[in-house]
Amino acid sequence: MTSEKGVMLLDFWVSPFGQRVRIALAEKGVEYEHKEENLRDKSELLLKSNPIHKKIPVLIHDGKPVCESLIIVQYIDETWSDKAPLLPSDPYQRAQARFWADFVDKKVFECGSKLWKLKGVEQEAAQKEMIEILQILEAQLGDKKYFGGDIFGFVDVAFVPFTSWFYSYETCANFSVEEVAPKIIQWAKHCMERESVEKTLPDPKKVYEFVCYLKKRFGIE
Amino acid sequence: MASEKGVMLLDFWVSPFGQRARIALAEKGVQYEYKEENLTEKSELLLKANPVHKKIPVLIHDGKPVCESLIIVEYIDEVWSDKAPLMPSDPYQRAQARFWADFVDKKVYDCGSRLWKLKGEEQQAAKKEMIEILQLLEAQLGDKKYFGGDSFGFVDVAFVPFTSWFYSYETCANFSVEGVAPKVAQWAKRCLERESVAKTLSDPKKVYEFVCFLKKKFGVE
Repeated sequence: MTSEKGVMLLDFWVSPFGQRVRIALAEKGVEYEHKEENLRDKSELLLKSNPIHKKIPVLIHDGKPVCESLIIVQYIDETWSDKAPLLPSDPYQRAQARFWADFVDKKVFECGSKLWKLKGVEQEAAQKEMIEILQILEAQLGDKKYFGGDIFGFVDVAFVPFTSWFYSYETCANFSVEEVAPKIIQWAKHCMERESVEKTLPDPKKVYEFVCYLKKRFGIE
Repeated sequence: MASEKGVMLLDFWVSPFGQRARIALAEKGVQYEYKEENLTEKSELLLKANPVHKKIPVLIHDGKPVCESLIIVEYIDEVWSDKAPLMPSDPYQRAQARFWADFVDKKVYDCGSRLWKLKGEEQQAAKKEMIEILQLLEAQLGDKKYFGGDSFGFVDVAFVPFTSWFYSYETCANFSVEGVAPKVAQWAKRCLERESVAKTLSDPKKVYEFVCFLKKKFGVE
């Protein structure tokens, strides 16, 4: 591994996990080198930086790697602590923020993948599950501007990249996020007004093209 | 939920996740009320305190619930910060500690469950995987006294409850932890010299009785 000073991010353009890191770095105003990985031909640097999971994102700071997106976001928040705090300072609020970011981690990506991978009864079950997940998150958001309250925070960073996937979820599984969770849609729009989010999230249509490519590759109608 | 002052832990005796919370509380010298849950008939308190996952452990502090064992342990560390720090203070070391606790979370329980649930080739595959997991952890431990270095820390708390399950893993899948990961076996013994661990961990034979009960319940030979 290079022991050069500076910040590098190993990433894949459509990964919501990588986008969490990019949004956090942007919120903090951190300059960094972005390296796009080919996940079908992973670089030696990636394999050396994350020998355990061999996954992106990996943040390499002054030559030292940090892996797992939510761990990276907390690292960024603690290292560049002078600006734009992402986690609250109160321990109970921090525990709540970690809980909801963990909820997003455990639920959204996996259920979302089922929406485009499955068909028929199984897909309907996944659709029902996704609607429940969105409604639980909506209840947690309530009438707050962000999950973090007035301040864009840890849970917002954890969840907002998945908003680019809503179009794909809706199209594959035939439902409307706005209908089932209108406050989430409003929140997504608030987030998109932030430069960090707007410059990071891919166009939902491009995400959908990617999903279609994956469906073809996995032999799904 | 009671808004009484004080600390309560909703738990299940054999849960390694609950034991993480108990060890952390003991390390910090925190007095608390322990409530054993019947997981086939969850209490109203548990369902109210953890409506999202409906799982133990749940820490209830002055009436406010904290869920998910590693989140609970970080909360305990931050609230009772005057004694026995579990997380390092350096952001990079903290990221490393979170990574390895997360590794234990993602790998050990799931693979361990497969060791007693499965038979034949599938069990052999799970055994191979468990050996790899133990050897990765062994490499991470190295010659350190604890995963936290000289101080018993976050990763130690995250992993040590699983050491009561080693006997069950070994017996079901026919291998020896000491044979494949001697440093981990030594580390487990050192941890048991700590009162917090010795008083919390279940007797490995009792864990094995529980595993046998589960096998019968799930119809596994």
